[in-house]
Amino acid sequence: MTEMLSLSIPVTNVLNWPNVLFQGTPFAINKVAIISMIASAAAIVLFVSASKKKNLVPTGVQNLVEASIEFVSENIVREGMGSDGAAWIPGLTALFFFIFFSNLSEVIPFLQMPATARMSTPLPLAIGVWIVFNIVGIKSHGFVNYFKSIAIPPDVPFALKFLLGPLELISTELVRPFALAVRLFGNMLAGHLLLTVFTVFCEVLFVKSFIILLLPLPFILLVGISGFEIFIAGLQAFIFTVLTAMYIGEAKRSAHQL
Amino acid sequence: MFHLFLAVSQGTIQSTNIMHGLAAIGAGLAYGLAAIGPGIGIGIIFGQAIQAIARQPEASGPVRGLAFLSFALAEALALIGFVVFILIQYTT
Repeated sequence: MTEMLSLSIPVTNVLNWPNVLFQGTPFAINKVAIISMIASAAAIVLFVSASKKKNLVPTGVQNLVEASIEFVSENIVREGMGSDGAAWIPGLTALFFFIFFSNLSEVIPFLQMPATARMSTPLPLAIGVWIVFNIVGIKSHGFVNYFKSIAIPPDVPFALKFLLGPLELISTELVRPFALAVRLFGNMLAGHLLLTVFTVFCEVLFVKSFIILLLPLPFILLVGISGFEIFIAGLQAFIFTVLTAMYIGEAKRSAHQL
Repeated sequence: MFHLFLAVSQGTIQSTNIMHGLAAIGAGLAYGLAAIGPGIGIGIIFGQAIQAIARQPEASGPVRGLAFLSFALAEALALIGFVVFILIQYTT
């Protein structure tokens, strides 16, 4: 395909980035790792700069950060965990902003690669969530009671319990972290590929020929898709965080007792 | 199909080429079929959300949040198909 379109940009570098630092060691750093670091640094800088001057009437950055914390506590924590989840607000806010900035690097010039489009970012996040909600469940119910409450739903006929038990265990312990990771990864990868495809269209049509008359079509779509991807970045960060809150809240109460 | 087998038996097409072709067909089918169910589901979710907001406009806040949550849950199935597509395409 590369020869057919006679591209000047290497399409193979859409997802595979060469290592730039510490080559040959297990700690080699490529563009995706740098973007992850930039995302966490951006979140830290945002919150530190907002908390420097504590005005009673918030202005500027403080206003933005207060609104976002209120958003997390109202729409994510209260929705997922009820009123007793206030202790989780800082952690979930950090999670939300890390994922949001990693996703947003998809449309930021010169970065233009969501760190979450490689499985190396969503998978550890999902495994971390899995560990956290299991620890919370075991802590608040005890080991045996917790797994019993997952495997044996109340109010089902006796015979169905043998069928539902393994299914519930698989869906809670295996499918949840997998779906959590794949949802974020798949969304961001699909968005990244979509943006790449339309950028390549624009690049290919930018020629000295009458074909250039077709250039506005992919360009308008590219601008539209960029806006859509900003929306998707926020939506996926919201979904990941709200599902984390729901899983932790569900493990804290007994499972199946919403 | 008959010509295909004839060509294979005469050795003009190598079996790896056919494997790649079949893998491409399978990858396309995997994503296309995986998108049907979530497409229907997302349609139902947003249709019902619009109906709920139209019937009770003051409940639009929670309804919108729940709609996007269930949208993401349904969409994950299509994305698993997308991941399978990538796996088939780049591992054969």
